[in-house]
Amino acid sequence: MNVIQDKTQQKERMIELMSKFISIVSYKLPDDVENKLKELSEEEDNRLAKIIYKTMFENQKLASELKRPSCQDTGVLQFFVKCGQHFPLIGQLDNILRESTFKSTKETPLRHNSVETFDEYNTGKNIGNGTPSIFWEIEEDSDKVEIYTYMAGGGCTLPGVATVLMPGEGYEGVVKFVLDRMTSYGLNACPPLLVGVGVGTSVETAALNSKLALMRPVGSVNENENAAKMEKLLEDGINAIGLGPQGLKGSKSVMGVNVVNTARHPSTIGVAVNTGCWSHRRGKITFDSNLNYEISTHKGVTL
Amino acid sequence: MSKKVLTTPIKDEDLKDIKIGDIIYLTGTLVTCRDVAHRRLIEEKIPLPVDLKGKAIFHAGPIVRDLGNEKYEIVSIGPTTSMRMEKFEKEFIEETGVKLVVGKGGMGKNTEEGCKKHKALHLVFPAGNAVYAATKVEEIKEVHWKDLGMPESLWVCEVKEFGPLIVSIDAEGNNIFEENKVEFNKKKEEQYKLISEQVRFIK
Ligand code: SF4
Repeated sequence: MNVIQDKTQQKERMIELMSKFISIVSYKLPDDVENKLKELSEEEDNRLAKIIYKTMFENQKLASELKRPSCQDTGVLQFFVKCGQHFPLIGQLDNILRESTFKSTKETPLRHNSVETFDEYNTGKNIGNGTPSIFWEIEEDSDKVEIYTYMAGGGCTLPGVATVLMPGEGYEGVVKFVLDRMTSYGLNACPPLLVGVGVGTSVETAALNSKLALMRPVGSVNENENAAKMEKLLEDGINAIGLGPQGLKGSKSVMGVNVVNTARHPSTIGVAVNTGCWSHRRGKITFDSNLNYEISTHKGVTL
Repeated sequence: MSKKVLTTPIKDEDLKDIKIGDIIYLTGTLVTCRDVAHRRLIEEKIPLPVDLKGKAIFHAGPIVRDLGNEKYEIVSIGPTTSMRMEKFEKEFIEETGVKLVVGKGGMGKNTEEGCKKHKALHLVFPAGNAVYAATKVEEIKEVHWKDLGMPESLWVCEVKEFGPLIVSIDAEGNNIFEENKVEFNKKKEEQYKLISEQVRFIK
């Protein structure tokens, strides 16, 4: 009986902490994104672009002072979880994340962004069938849980695309696939973008890789030498197109390009693109088995 | 350069010297109006409950706090992708006499024609700056079509020096995004050639 009581309390404690964390993610950008935007604005010499950057910094300042969502589109919540096999709330975690989303939606407030498909109604709760989306990984011998929280806005979700190329098309095909998306859809996804490229065996592996790529910090480098080379080439290439903030031209287009790759079938190359907008609201929080937490993406922030 | 502020009601002459790439600010009435509102007026022929003549619309779905007693406060407000309204915008401008259409990203041929023929502008408010925008809204005067839910309702806002608003289509029908796109695509082809030679990992 005691143990059950404990679990209920623990669960409530975690919901309390997670809903606060979600709220912080809605009004404060992670350090890597903030720093990169600053760097990009300092290198900018286009007149319009400079004014847009200035507006962006003022907005972020106001948002964190007033504790209000910095962008009105607080997205569909997505969680990428790496859960230790011994984390005490492993079985409750899905529910905890759902309830935290609901609580944070009421308290922050976040926008109601869950529309049930086919029945076509907004649930009015920001949670629905399959939303928030939760992606799992289990870690052996650990009693911690690492949670990436991400707000997938409509504008930056829209460019998402995946396909399977024939090996004959090679990585040249991957490059073309990525670049084409930048000048069509990327433009409207609120650049400067963080571009996630996934390479794998099929559409769903590539797609998941491309989203995981957006969880990686701005400026991080793929461990594989060739993949790292492609990250750099794509970054420089897309920057040379000069989309600028809001696609209104500027000296750069992206905060970076992150590639995440897994093995493929000999006859296929799965490739996918996902974009994060300038307002790339993601945060990483790690809990130990006593629910002590650590926030690595937002330095100095406590719940 | 001094700040260019347009005040509603806006007349045709007010837009005469404004060109694509200019930055302006808006004082007066700005009404949120997006997908379903456009669809209702144009396809369902349901008259809008607000007179938009000489005023401005905003392709936006705000976060609004309900203060009770029909009083509301804007928490965050920012533009959504204007292109989704492209299908309706020309007729919308024609029927309503709206002068400024504020949103995000470019719009197409239809809107260009509408802006040229009926003297109107499409403007971009830099998206993602929703708190900044909210601080420029002085008051929500009315709300209509609440049945559409918070993002889709028509929120009638009084704004003061709302902006920066970047002119993307001017009253002559010039379109900054279409001009930029030509340049972007050209550069993209150059980059593709450069990069593809260096990623021949399958040998
Ligand atoms: S793309 Fe990002 S910054 Fe732009 S409106 Fe959507 S969520 Fe906000």
